[in-house]
Amino acid sequence: MDEVTLEMVFCPSEDVVAREIEGEVIIVPLVAGIGDMDDELFTLNETGREVWRLLDGKRTLAHVADELTLSFQAPDGKIEGDVLGLVTELARRKMVVAR
Amino acid sequence: MTYVKKLKPHEFSLWHGKRPLLGQLDIELTERCNNACLHCLINRPEEDAEARAGEMETAFLQDLLRQAVDLGCLMVRFTGGEPLLREDFAELYLFTRRLGMRVILFTNGRLITEELADLLARVPPGRWVEVSVYGMHADSYDASAGAKGSFIEFRRGVARLQSRGISFVVKGAILPANKDEWEEFKQWAAAIPSMDHPPGQSMNFDLRARRDDKAKNERIRKLRLSPQETVRVLSRDPRYLKDMRQFCGKFIGPPGNKLFRCGAGHGTCMDAYGKAQMCMPLRHPEMVCDLRTHSLRYALTELFPRLRETQAANPDYLRRCAHCFLKGLCEQCPGKSWMEHGRLDQPVEYLCAVAHAQAEYLGLLEVGEKGWDVLDWRERVERFSRRENENAKEDA
Repeated sequence: MDEVTLEMVFCPSEDVVAREIEGEVIIVPLVAGIGDMDDELFTLNETGREVWRLLDGKRTLAHVADELTLSFQAPDGKIEGDVLGLVTELARRKMVVAR
Repeated sequence: MTYVKKLKPHEFSLWHGKRPLLGQLDIELTERCNNACLHCLINRPEEDAEARAGEMETAFLQDLLRQAVDLGCLMVRFTGGEPLLREDFAELYLFTRRLGMRVILFTNGRLITEELADLLARVPPGRWVEVSVYGMHADSYDASAGAKGSFIEFRRGVARLQSRGISFVVKGAILPANKDEWEEFKQWAAAIPSMDHPPGQSMNFDLRARRDDKAKNERIRKLRLSPQETVRVLSRDPRYLKDMRQFCGKFIGPPGNKLFRCGAGHGTCMDAYGKAQMCMPLRHPEMVCDLRTHSLRYALTELFPRLRETQAANPDYLRRCAHCFLKGLCEQCPGKSWMEHGRLDQPVEYLCAVAHAQAEYLGLLEVGEKGWDVLDWRERVERFSRRENENAKEDA
């Protein structure tokens, strides 16, 4: 896919199911080709969990980053970089789709 | 930086050392089967209208699956009877996967259509399809399955899985018609990509799970391998001795008076009619929870913990099984006792004989000794399992 930018809007793909277990977000692939094996599950790091909850198909990634700055203190540009890094990885794994 | 981490099913500890209320849910979708296997403990005829009428409805099952998710369940095992006889199987399968649970499907493979195979390829089970195999040839398979033409359908179903790269494993049962086909079966199974170990084979068959047919029980008794034959079959696996040394070192010992030393009731199995059981064999009417009137949470948090405290009362059990250090090697349990005798605490002589034959073969017992009479069992088990450590040192 094209480069992910802060102006883009993403939402979870219908090809995965996300479940919260003990505060972790567990991503369960539904279709073939998301993991290397059919029985793989995925989890997100702390940044990933927060971003995932905000990927609602309405907010731009810039808006997501703005919301995170209310909860997390970080150097300028760090949160935007993390959001772009995470969504790029999720998009590559077909776990999110652009709206 | 990596934001997404892969979790292999065996390595995740999502509950941080705790246990989910429900890790896996086994669901018997129907007791009906399109095979009529001689040794089967549960099968009813495919067209059995009474059985069909009592089966859980789609919406009821969907509600149970939602309850399972709320309890932390990550995996559902669909079994039967033949689960693919349910016309709503594809719907239930997709519903389960969309709730974020993975699936193991037990089947004889005969009803794996092109459409179902396409679905399993598009939305993989997340674990595997487990196919029961009753013979390597039409004559042996059809005779064991009690259904003419079943071999061809089984092979066609398996071919549909293979052609789409769907993960499946196989298991077998040693029956008179196929008993000479073990090597052929093993070689065939070894070529299946998902088979990373030799296939399991049942041979010490359980009696009818509903205690519903004396004639079938007589037939099943005749099909069981003798204790000596059982040892011969087990010991032809080159890993048997090593596995048993490790197993016995960890798991055998007298169970005492408490009936449940196993995991029964820590999870649950649904029968086809909406009753939650503590484990698959245990269908004693006083040991199940009717989910039409109670929730899964009630079964797991209130009823089953209470039932797990049940004590043995049968003097024969208390004299023998409660003191027998072969528990673990012996498959005696409340479920098997129920199937055999209609009560929870009666020794099952066949299982007792099989365990004693194994123990004699392994050198844990002298010929004719009884496991409940042995006082120095700890030393014997330690000596036996230590040989594994010594062998390992020598190998190193």
